[in-house]
Amino acid sequence: MTTTGPRTPAAADPTTADLLDRVQSLLASHPPAEVDRLDFLRARFDAGLAWVGYPVGLGGLGIPRELQAVVDAALAAAGAPDNSPRSIGIGLGMAAPTILAHGSDEQKQRWLRPLWTGEEVWCQLFSEPGAGSDLAALGTRAVRDGDEWVVNGQKVWTSMAHEARWGILVTRTDPDVPKHAGMTYFGCDMHVPGVDVRPLRQATGEAEFNEVFLTDVRLPDTDRIGEVGNGWRVATGTLMNERVAIGGQSAPREGGMLGMVTSVWRERPELRTPGLHSELMEQWVRAEASRITGERLRQQMAAGTPGPEGSAAKLMFSELNQRLSGLLLELLGEQGLAYDDWTMRRPKEVHFHGNRPGYSYLRAKGNSIEGGTTEILLNIVAERVLGLPGEMRVDKDVPWKDLPR
Amino acid sequence: MTGFPSLLHSDDEQQLRETVRRQLAARADWSSVLRRVEADDPYDADTWRTLAAQTGAAGLPVPEELGGAGASWRETAVVAEELGRSLAVVPFLGSAVLATAALLHAGESELLPQVAGGERTAVLAVPLSTWPGSSFPTSVSVEGDALTGRVTSVGDAGAADVLLVPAIGPDGPSLWAVEAFEVTPRTSLDMTRPLGDVTLSGSSGRRVAEGAAAEAALQHALMVGAGILASEQLGLAEQCLETTIAYLKERYQFGRPLGSYQALKHRLASLWVEVTRARATARYAAGCLATQDPDTAVAVAVAAAICSDVAVLAAEECVQLHGGLGFTWEHPAHLWLKRAKADQIALGTPDRHRAALADLVDLPLGAG
Ligand SMILES: Cc1cc2nc3c(=O)[nH]c(=O)nc-3n(C[C@H](O)[C@H](O)[C@H](O)COP(=O)(O)OP(=O)(O)OC[C@H]3O[C@@H](n4cnc5c(N)ncnc54)[C@H](O)[C@@H]3O)c2cc1C
Repeated sequence: MTTTGPRTPAAADPTTADLLDRVQSLLASHPPAEVDRLDFLRARFDAGLAWVGYPVGLGGLGIPRELQAVVDAALAAAGAPDNSPRSIGIGLGMAAPTILAHGSDEQKQRWLRPLWTGEEVWCQLFSEPGAGSDLAALGTRAVRDGDEWVVNGQKVWTSMAHEARWGILVTRTDPDVPKHAGMTYFGCDMHVPGVDVRPLRQATGEAEFNEVFLTDVRLPDTDRIGEVGNGWRVATGTLMNERVAIGGQSAPREGGMLGMVTSVWRERPELRTPGLHSELMEQWVRAEASRITGERLRQQMAAGTPGPEGSAAKLMFSELNQRLSGLLLELLGEQGLAYDDWTMRRPKEVHFHGNRPGYSYLRAKGNSIEGGTTEILLNIVAERVLGLPGEMRVDKDVPWKDLPR
Repeated sequence: MTGFPSLLHSDDEQQLRETVRRQLAARADWSSVLRRVEADDPYDADTWRTLAAQTGAAGLPVPEELGGAGASWRETAVVAEELGRSLAVVPFLGSAVLATAALLHAGESELLPQVAGGERTAVLAVPLSTWPGSSFPTSVSVEGDALTGRVTSVGDAGAADVLLVPAIGPDGPSLWAVEAFEVTPRTSLDMTRPLGDVTLSGSSGRRVAEGAAAEAALQHALMVGAGILASEQLGLAEQCLETTIAYLKERYQFGRPLGSYQALKHRLASLWVEVTRARATARYAAGCLATQDPDTAVAVAVAAAICSDVAVLAAEECVQLHGGLGFTWEHPAHLWLKRAKADQIALGTPDRHRAALADLVDLPLGAG
């Protein structure tokens, strides 16, 4: 009998050695200290070292994606610049996997490289005032006109639209069929006439998200992603990736929000009370357990047997972030009464905490809403994972135009 | 930490699980377990002998030279999961986990082969509620080789052929193998893991370890016990969740299956998230125990704290969501509830484990 299973890749692995060679030759041809940041990132993409799990020619090498950690560590050790993943999270986590899965060859060539280098920021034009959890109810219309589509409608809660060059956009192309059937997906150029981005201020005081008005926006048919009428299926893939992107990142022990709480606990003994200590240890254990669960999920994906644990990751993440950020304010006491800055700003990056306790507490409230609310995720787990019967539906076979709203 | 051990089940482990599950389904389904616990002698010696013979369950982590299966605590954890699902009344925790861990750590080689082969059952004589990190017990004293004292609430005591007794003598702590003892059965909350009070009246014993080695062997056994118990709790929680899901799919009220009501779906989905988390921690603890990873103490404390509470939650939800059926003697839910609640107290409550962690990861309550 074997006593232990495989451990994470070791340095002796032939693929690892080959990867490290590739990193060395990139560093030799483009010494980070001498070349421009963007030139380096483009060269890294062309060398297949951007996201090694992607196909050759599209920034990858077509090898298991866990090997990315080897590349990232070697490049970081050499002082190479990264692509500021925080400011392009929607592009990396949602747009890219969607383009890879459903885009044409031309679209992949056109979009993926500047997406990854951060030259072109992407945003997500999904939610509308009348369609949030029930995304498939959306009403932004796209009507065909020759080789173009004319789009009219309103999107809302669009994070980072003010920075974006492109948006992943879901529209209604056929109002006469049931709602899931009449949708079509596009890459939307945010710089064309008729796209109007207006800031929406949020509870934290700043405006990370926006409302986006689309008035007679003309999009070329070549920017359509997937077949006409297939938009729901494409969008569902995007949402699945979104949940993994929000909850599924690997982190060191005491990483993230927990680290903010534990460092205050260690540095400020005068703040400690028995009740806060029990809460701290309870959350420490839950955070560590969630971290191990994330690792188990990655091992399953690496073994080619992705389990349903992915749906759990985002649920755990948002609950923990909320509990821990609330605990931090209580622990800080008087300092927890303060807030750093209420001025209206338009941030360039999405930060879930960023070492600002009051902000962290407020921002964490968004975690159980963005990317599918906690209630919707529990529905998904109950129906798709546990196989419990679906809700009684009144909207499945009704043409979209006849739905009550 | 250098990297994670595998948190998945290997093919061998999967095969072991299937064998154990098949045996337990055939020999110890819940109604036969219930009949047994109502009888005078609840131990299912036949099932224990069969499991030992077919899967090596009595000595999985014991090297083959010492009569064991030459596997590890990972495989032991797999069997624990299955026993948590079945609640078969076998002395697995007492003998194959606690006593075996103590004997292995003490380097004992006379008794161990018999225990590992399932021929004799050895039981560690400590109250089942003893936790890793607790001080060495003083309830038994030794003079020469004669032991005297009383140990209460010993798990699996009724099945013991040999007791491993921690005792205090003129030279300090020591650990003894004792064959002459009296067991008074207790009426236990968990009927499927009966407890007994052990009395030693000048019984002669054989010393297995002394001094620091005795203390270390006991601590090691408690740590292994808490880590493996987490897998038992996981198996129990999975069983409760699956049983409840199946019931809510078939039970109709108000003209629709109960499982179509969102209030109930959300409760089960939340429970599934908790069980998912418990599974990862139990596998991590077993993996660390198997390789004596430096992170073992943290891994065990996390798994014990999480899995104890998840098992209780799962059993409580199982009772509630079965309605009146969940409250009858003639349904297994009460057996699971009793085991889950007793397991939460066994080998350290979640709070004890969190307190241990606070020391381990330097988050003290005191003002530094
Ligand atoms: C910080 C932040 C950033 C965001 N960024 C983006 C973005 O970049 N792009 C984008 O397109 N969208 C974005 N969103 C929008 C987000 O996806 C939606 O807010 C979310 O899907 C919920 O939709 P809603 O706001 O319309 O709420 P509603 O759907 O109206 O829900 C209201 C409440 O009812 C509950 N509910 C709804 N349906 C059910 C049901 N069937 N069963 C039980 N409970 C139900 C919900 O859980 C919620 O609690 C963002 C949101 C936030 C908070």
